Amino acid sequence: MTGKNNTNSYTPVIGLEIHVQLKTKSKMFCDSPNNPDETVPNTNICEVCTAQPGTLPVVNKEAIRLGTLLGLALNCKIAHNSKFDRKSYFYPDLPKGYQISQYDKPIAEHGYLDINVDGVVKRVRIRRAHLEEDAGKNVHPEGSGYSLVDYNRAGTPLMEIVTEPDITSAKEARIFLEELRNIVRYIGAGSADMEKGTMRLEPNISVRKPGQQELPNYKVEVKNINSFKFAEAAIEYEVERHIQMLSEGQTPKQVTMGWNEKASQTVEQRSKEEANDYRYFPDPDLPVLKLSDQFISELQAALPELPAAKRQRFKEEYGLPDDDIQNLVNWKELTEYFEEVVSEIQAWIQADRSKEDLLKLVKMAANWCLQDFSALLNASKINPSESRVTQENFAELLKHIADAKISVTAAKQVFAQMFEHGGDPDHIIEDLGLSQISDTAAIESAVDSVIQANEKAVLDYKAGQQKSFGFLVGMAMKELKGKGNPAIVNEILKKKLE
Amino acid sequence: MELAFLEISELAEKLRNKEISSVELTKYFLKRIKEYDGESGLNSFLTVTEEEALAQALEADKILASDPHASVLTGIPYAAKDLFSTKGIRTTASSKILDKFVPVFDATAVAKLNTEKSILLGKTNLDEFAHGSSTETSAYGPSKNPWDVTRIPGGSSGGSAAAVAAGLVPFALATETGGSIRQPASLCGICGWKPTYGRVSRFGVIAMTSSNDSPGTIARSVKDLAITAEILSGHDPKDSTTSVKEIPNYAANLRSDLKGVKIGVPKEYFVPGMQPEVEARIHEAIAKLKELGAQVVEVSLPLTKYGSLVYAIVTPAEISSNLARFDGIRYGHRTEDAKDLSDIYDQSREEGFGDEAKRRILTGAYALSAGYYDAYYLKAQKVRRLLVDEFNEVFQKVDALVCASVPNVAQKIGNAKDNPLFGYIADQLNIPASMAGLPALSIPCGFAKAEDADIEMPVGLQIIGPQWGEQNVFNIGYAYQTITDWHKKYPKGFGEI
Amino acid sequence: MILTAEEVRKIAGLARIKLNDSEVEKFRKELSVVLEYVSELEKVDTEGVEEISQVTGLENVLREDHAKLSEYRDAIIASFPERKDDFLKIKSIL
Repeated sequence: MTGKNNTNSYTPVIGLEIHVQLKTKSKMFCDSPNNPDETVPNTNICEVCTAQPGTLPVVNKEAIRLGTLLGLALNCKIAHNSKFDRKSYFYPDLPKGYQISQYDKPIAEHGYLDINVDGVVKRVRIRRAHLEEDAGKNVHPEGSGYSLVDYNRAGTPLMEIVTEPDITSAKEARIFLEELRNIVRYIGAGSADMEKGTMRLEPNISVRKPGQQELPNYKVEVKNINSFKFAEAAIEYEVERHIQMLSEGQTPKQVTMGWNEKASQTVEQRSKEEANDYRYFPDPDLPVLKLSDQFISELQAALPELPAAKRQRFKEEYGLPDDDIQNLVNWKELTEYFEEVVSEIQAWIQADRSKEDLLKLVKMAANWCLQDFSALLNASKINPSESRVTQENFAELLKHIADAKISVTAAKQVFAQMFEHGGDPDHIIEDLGLSQISDTAAIESAVDSVIQANEKAVLDYKAGQQKSFGFLVGMAMKELKGKGNPAIVNEILKKKLE
Repeated sequence: MELAFLEISELAEKLRNKEISSVELTKYFLKRIKEYDGESGLNSFLTVTEEEALAQALEADKILASDPHASVLTGIPYAAKDLFSTKGIRTTASSKILDKFVPVFDATAVAKLNTEKSILLGKTNLDEFAHGSSTETSAYGPSKNPWDVTRIPGGSSGGSAAAVAAGLVPFALATETGGSIRQPASLCGICGWKPTYGRVSRFGVIAMTSSNDSPGTIARSVKDLAITAEILSGHDPKDSTTSVKEIPNYAANLRSDLKGVKIGVPKEYFVPGMQPEVEARIHEAIAKLKELGAQVVEVSLPLTKYGSLVYAIVTPAEISSNLARFDGIRYGHRTEDAKDLSDIYDQSREEGFGDEAKRRILTGAYALSAGYYDAYYLKAQKVRRLLVDEFNEVFQKVDALVCASVPNVAQKIGNAKDNPLFGYIADQLNIPASMAGLPALSIPCGFAKAEDADIEMPVGLQIIGPQWGEQNVFNIGYAYQTITDWHKKYPKGFGEI
Repeated sequence: MILTAEEVRKIAGLARIKLNDSEVEKFRKELSVVLEYVSELEKVDTEGVEEISQVTGLENVLREDHAKLSEYRDAIIASFPERKDDFLKIKSIL
């Protein structure tokens, strides 16, 4: 994948290092709580994660399970023999003066992730994924001249995922990140929320000159990226900067840059320490890990359906448009909800209904999930499972629309009520008097009176003015207090005007 | 009443017979500490916890009065090397960087003795962070050998050894990394147990070389060591390197003959430079073991001489990492005049660590640094594998090994100064077993004349067992002590007061 | 193996220990002695030997994922050399 560059243009070469915080109850090596939402500083700390003298680490079993699961989800080979190493450097947020990480025997290696870029599948190879502990947080109150340290995060479990430099654009990087986030969430390994810092990205960026075959002889690492948007912007900014320099015959310096949100640009960071010599060696406090075939195959079997397979299935089974599928899949809980609504629909769709009916309803379910439902959920900042609308009632409402019991407009009103107060759609339709009139006799009588009362419009229509037809439909609907079935109203009106 | 040099089991008997209370016993030893210790005395204690000890003794007396099954250690005073974290009690590791440091929790070993209601009398002196073999690297000055106060007590657990030898406390917690229990026990003429690595929890013991560190005890007899071993051993969920293996009833299993026991004498342990008189004592001790029924054979451990070299790389490497947490940031000494963050690190560590600690940190950082790792650390760990294999092989043939603990008797204070190899040579007979994580004892086996003066100093017999084979070494040591009385000798000048 | 002063300074930088010139010289000499001493190890044939970093033979020592708040939290904060509220306070990192 690398090494081929036959284009006449500058080609970005991007590798990603991504830290994903694993969702365990306790920290990686001690039983202090792992809670990314804790706001009171130094609450979740103990003698171990603040490195009091004489304290020792003990590995969290769940972190091993989640790490293995994530490795498998990324198509990695899981190491039968793995171990932890110490990575030494000094920084105030690093209590022991070393980070427990994995050096030469990571838990997972040699994987890949296929991403969908504008309908084309692109494979990004995963070099390795290893377990390690997070550092605390340093805070710099503006203008204070001092820094503050909070160790709540110190020692929480991370999976660091390193890709090969297979990515060639900011957009690919973003899609990769979104896909990774989805995977992490689907397997229940974490929240992978960039804004909250439970997923962090450090891209390594360089650019090949036109026709250049080999990898560039430099790379620039960018830190401090805390959203998908910034990830894309920072990479784009760097790529532009490199192309500019390369075209002027310069080579960008191998440095670490930081994304400055306010200025929308990267700025060179002071190096964290004078020299990068981490002096890795096996942590003597932690016995080796031996992961059995059985352990690995049990986890492999326990993997849920991953986003790619889900997308494929939604396309094949439901024929949903790609964008809708992606939007659904990007919200794990909504997808789950959607699938539950679909099974409700399937449950009451009898053999007498055609497959087209089912697909129409599924499509409608997807639209409702992505539009009205999403909007309401977002407005109240909750997840589908927290809403008052049960999957059964959701499906029921869709059925009424399909059966023309109510109009779409009325259904929106009903849905808003369901969202606000709960309850089943039948009662709400009744209470609000929104039931749609499909009774042809009633509609005919309304149409008759409209034709009588609007002679001019009738004449105009007959003279060829299509606009007048719409007007007459509107008047008929008004006569029916908005509850007329529009299809039937149309049909009868057309017939009467002939 | 003469109590100073009684064994734990004898004191426990007196406590049960109501001949004496734990409070009286505690006051008795505290008085001796006041009399014989302090900077002008042996300098074996850095902190004396009189108030806490008396409170704990009151508690112990209540239990002794009400519970006929109280542990043999209930009410017995002890001291802990100042490397064991003690909740609310200053713990310095003999380093200025922890001069005012007060741990928030107890080391597991200390917690276990607390549970037994043993009485902590105080914290004993050691080489700074246990880096040394003489206690001379202590930031609080050297401890002195009770047999001759101008000589070193050995180290790093020199304070613990000197205190027990002078009858200031019946037993003491100590730690080994490469001889730090056996060597001072030998030089001070008392008994020391270095456990199998992983037998006793390291939790709360300030780390030196994590892959070697073995907390153990120093006491007056092998039986006392076995008593403490039963209490201190066992899996600790806070120390991943401790074993879940069953703990034998070491003390109850002791037997007074050695019939059917096969003992190896490794010829490489009679090293060049060994004092002939020390060598003579070892041969005499071996003769006693034969008397007891043991079959003694010569064995060979050709890699012995490389033990200290492996140690000289692995130990500093782990030290450089283990001492990284002492950075002036979260606890301990923070420099007064830091201009910026960099100064907090560089100056706090410059001011806080002594030369020996600095030397080891630098050596270790070098051995682990890019480009040197394979040549030093990796190479050492490969040779270490060979050392382990060599021991395993010899233990297919014998139940234990015996040899000298130290090739020489205690040297004068000052001899170690500025000799970066002093410890590696002083501990050369202890280090191989440490690198392999084996259990070992040092027990007194007579006296030899000092090389530089007309004075008799103690000689120690070392007994090394296979991994998890503490019972083997206890049995041999105990049998030896049933027909000898070297362990009953004590130095002059520390009589009743 | 004889170390240079430059190498000693580099290691001291990694280890974060401030050394003056005479200390650099002192440690240069002493470290060189130690490195000379250990160089004998080269004589041991370790071809094909796997390194050992732990002697217990233990593996997969894991703990269940149970969380609890530490009873020592306040005492740990109280022992910070400098603090601001519950934060540890240090010289500015920036």
